[in-house]
Amino acid sequence: MTLARDLPMAMILVLALATHVQGAPGSRLWATGGVTTIEGTAGGGLVPWALLSGYASDEEWGGTLALSRAEVDDFTLGFAGVTVNWRNRLELSAGRQTLDLGTLGATLGQDELAQDIFGAKARLAGDVLYGTYGQWSLGLQHKRNRHFTVPSAVGARDESGTDIYLSGSKLFFAALASRNLLVNLTARGTRANQGGLLGFGGDRSRAHELMLEASVALFMNRHWLAGVEYRQKPDNLSFAEEDDWHDLFVAWVPDRRLAVTAAFVDLGGIAGLPDQRGVYLSLQGSF
Amino acid sequence: MTFIRLISGCFLAVLLTACQTPVTGEAGAERDANLYDALGQRAGIEAIVEDLMYLIVDDTRIAFQFRGLDVNRFHSRLSDQICGLAGGPCRYTGRSMAESHQAMAITETQFNALVENLVLALERNGISTAAQNQLLAQLAPMHGDIVAP
Repeated sequence: MTLARDLPMAMILVLALATHVQGAPGSRLWATGGVTTIEGTAGGGLVPWALLSGYASDEEWGGTLALSRAEVDDFTLGFAGVTVNWRNRLELSAGRQTLDLGTLGATLGQDELAQDIFGAKARLAGDVLYGTYGQWSLGLQHKRNRHFTVPSAVGARDESGTDIYLSGSKLFFAALASRNLLVNLTARGTRANQGGLLGFGGDRSRAHELMLEASVALFMNRHWLAGVEYRQKPDNLSFAEEDDWHDLFVAWVPDRRLAVTAAFVDLGGIAGLPDQRGVYLSLQGSF
Repeated sequence: MTFIRLISGCFLAVLLTACQTPVTGEAGAERDANLYDALGQRAGIEAIVEDLMYLIVDDTRIAFQFRGLDVNRFHSRLSDQICGLAGGPCRYTGRSMAESHQAMAITETQFNALVENLVLALERNGISTAAQNQLLAQLAPMHGDIVAP
């Protein structure tokens, strides 16, 4: 199993890189940088949050390195990326996402779909812990397909696209059984097919559409949080129906330098193969 | 594996309902009295504040803000304040939060550092996660008066 083979190596790499960069990872409270999404920004696994990555507060720099993998029935979705956070005001991110096509690859004559994702997220107002109305951020994700043959063949219009999103996050102290509850809402304008892995726009629609995403996480204590995520997606290609994404996750944050996330993900149908469900694992090092 | 979707849905519904439940009124007052006990009453709170002060002195991010302070007075004022907020029989008699922090130009970094040290002091004294969160819920609204605009 590739997951078992690659993860110890990935863990060593993330830890080595994170500890190589000297200095404390910043002053924001434990786990308040969230983890890294499969698109490279601070959030949960599938949904961006209004939090900026890492632990930099208003006088500090920081950032993260992350490696993630979701193994669902017929595909493997992978992500590797880096972020920097300037003074908890601006987060910049870059990463590469791959979708190993598995058995479908032989039919298509291509092993994987891949895209590069460049992101920027600015904190507009508020603070997730102390703001009466929580924290609000505006983000961009510019995505570029590395191979456009398959997306083009299934009807995608463009090989690059840019998502724009507005996120709000708020932590409610002692909200449920005296545990802290984090609530996140994101509205995203997008024309990406399967997040962009199958290109942008299609025969059904070429325009940006508004999609809603939400997640809720409960902190058991400052090291453990568990939650659910939902991400609405467009359906631009008539060759196969595209479904919304869901996941149930647990994250372990032993200290500021490391976060480990495990999840059950449900990616729905992908390229005509239905019910893509499986396990997601992500490692994040902060500096 | 539709159970994932089912469980997600139920979990979300439970959490959202809990979100909307107000935590004020009589239930709030009762919780506060319990919080005073959970913090170990006056003696427990004094021990927490003492540990907090040791952590502050060792923290280069904020130690300079406390230099020249009357240590005993600070200890008793902060203990009074936490005791009162926790529903205990104490009253804070010092200046308002806005007034006492006005000239200090406190940054978010410094505020976060103090909260971190408070959580560590609570942990050192064996205070439960529930009681820690309840105390933070009482203190969090002061952020606006403490951090410089």
